[in-house]
Amino acid sequence: MTTPTSPNLQLPAPPPLLTRGGWSAFIVALIVVCAVAPVLNLWVPAGSLFHLSDYAVALLGKIMCYAICALAMDLIWGYTGILSLGHGLFFALGGYVMGMYLMRQIGRDGNYQSDLPDFMVFLDWKELPWHWALSDSFVATLVLIVAVPGVIAFVFGYFAFRSRIKGVYFSIITQAMTYAAMLLFFRNETGFGGNNGFTDFKRILGMPIATPTMRMLLFVLTGVTLLGFFLLARWLVRSKFGRVLQAVRDAESRVMFSGYSPLPYKLTIWTISAMMCGVAGALYVPQVGIINPGEMSAANSIEIAVWAAVGGRSTLIGPIVGAFIVNGAKSWLTVTAPEFWLYFLGALFIAVTLFLPDGVVGLVKKLKAKLTTTKGAAQ
Amino acid sequence: MTPDLMEEGARRLQKTLAPAALGQTESGGRAAGFSRVAVPGEVDVTHGRILYLEDVHVSFDGFKAINGLSLDIAPGELRCIIGPNGAGKTTMMDIITGKTRPDKGTVFFGSTIDLLRHNEPEIASLGIGRKFQKPTVFEQLSVFENLELALKTHKGVKSSMFFRLDSAQSDRLAEILHTIHLAGSVTRQSGNLSHGQKQWLEIGMLLMQDPKLLLLDEPVAGMTDEETARTAELFLTLKGKHSLMVVEHDMGFIRTISEKVTVLCDGSVLAEGTLDQVQADERVIEVYLGR
Repeated sequence: MTTPTSPNLQLPAPPPLLTRGGWSAFIVALIVVCAVAPVLNLWVPAGSLFHLSDYAVALLGKIMCYAICALAMDLIWGYTGILSLGHGLFFALGGYVMGMYLMRQIGRDGNYQSDLPDFMVFLDWKELPWHWALSDSFVATLVLIVAVPGVIAFVFGYFAFRSRIKGVYFSIITQAMTYAAMLLFFRNETGFGGNNGFTDFKRILGMPIATPTMRMLLFVLTGVTLLGFFLLARWLVRSKFGRVLQAVRDAESRVMFSGYSPLPYKLTIWTISAMMCGVAGALYVPQVGIINPGEMSAANSIEIAVWAAVGGRSTLIGPIVGAFIVNGAKSWLTVTAPEFWLYFLGALFIAVTLFLPDGVVGLVKKLKAKLTTTKGAAQ
Repeated sequence: MTPDLMEEGARRLQKTLAPAALGQTESGGRAAGFSRVAVPGEVDVTHGRILYLEDVHVSFDGFKAINGLSLDIAPGELRCIIGPNGAGKTTMMDIITGKTRPDKGTVFFGSTIDLLRHNEPEIASLGIGRKFQKPTVFEQLSVFENLELALKTHKGVKSSMFFRLDSAQSDRLAEILHTIHLAGSVTRQSGNLSHGQKQWLEIGMLLMQDPKLLLLDEPVAGMTDEETARTAELFLTLKGKHSLMVVEHDMGFIRTISEKVTVLCDGSVLAEGTLDQVQADERVIEVYLGR
């Protein structure tokens, strides 16, 4: 080509992992989670104004698990444009793997003083079923927490994406898969405790589970995981990999004709997203003390999508904010006006769809932009 | 074997080899068929054809979109394709790029690559770039990011995760930005570009892929006269280095750029020649004006 190349054409530099302001906020969040919250909960006396109650710690810990799910949902829905209504399944799978370990940790302290978990004694089983083989090992449990949701997501995703199943069809199939899994886990003979699931946990790593220190430890662990996943997600979406994902969302045919095969891209982010949900589930179970097939119900998976939508899709901070807003409202409303909660959730989703297509974060951005333009006009 | 048969054979061989010795074949006198190594993924154009379609048939629910289409394009050629709506122009591009599978027929890229054995990303990597009728760019990404994604490089997941633009690639990107007159809009979100600019960005993305063959579906639709003139200029500079297949309705544009025009009608080739020749063709006038 004859066009001369201008030497002073500035190509934009690759974006930093976090901006300076972003890093400051990140470090503040880390300090709050790892230092401020434990001090306020464990050392400030209960009567004090600054005391963080056990109830608040339990609630915030739970919401941080949900925030991980919302972040995972954002990667697959917000950035790749694939709406999954099956993330509740991956969450529950991670939870069940953790639950099995916690059940084995009960040891002989159950109601029946048996080596086997109570529900197995109740069913008159004599030995552990094969899929409980690794449940005694904490290391194996840690591996399985990501491996089980990961492998299931990979296999399911491979066939779904290879068949080029898209949009609402994909959403329906993920929903159906979750429902099928729920029915499976409800059955007593599959060895997952039937509709009661797993509960009455006593120990984790041999240490009692229901102490304030352990609760705080799990809280800190959840917070650090959430922040770590945030960085991971940020690293993914700001790489060229992340831009290919957005390109798949906006114009998949152009991606293919640019020489990219969308299948491995979709499969990678789908599997990563499922693994993140599995970790969230595993952190959730010891904090709430129960896991049952209800976690796989349709409503749970849909709620994850609602958190992401309310906070703002395709921004990483949005879904986290959304999870806090919706679940904060939920715990407040289910106490003050339990019968209105579902109406509120429905109205919220409609309002966000109609008025806030970019969620709360989008609204804040818009207001900020407006403020700067009016400021500029005033000067 | 009788002596007369041997003589006959020798005479035939002489007849085949004579033009080659004089350099009158399309491959410039080389004995193209003999003792060459076919390199996988490499386009072999020694037979003087970069794209070769023969007797291709496609039907959708009984409607014959492509009906016995045969067409070939030489390396470095700029071919214009015209034809009334529904003639099968876009379907033909779909077949070449792997989007649609023909019911019957052969489609070759060079003389060794059977395009029917490859899917869309593979065909794109082999060196066929395609611009859609409706400009298709990644609207949420900036002009720079659009071009960067199209860049010819490893396109696997892992290499994308750790990708960094090197200086040769940056130079190439800057060069293309100038070529498509978007150097002033590097960081602009491509969704906010004008229609003509989007068309250019898409052409730029094609060029980033460094394709050997470009398929361009209505590249100047929605462009101003000035933009159209610039596009024509661009295509003329591309000719020779790349092969181009341009589908257009704008006859003025075709007159500026074309050497050879193919008229498609009802899924097969109706006429071929210079624009003046095909415009004088009775059958072409008939399908365009209708009787």
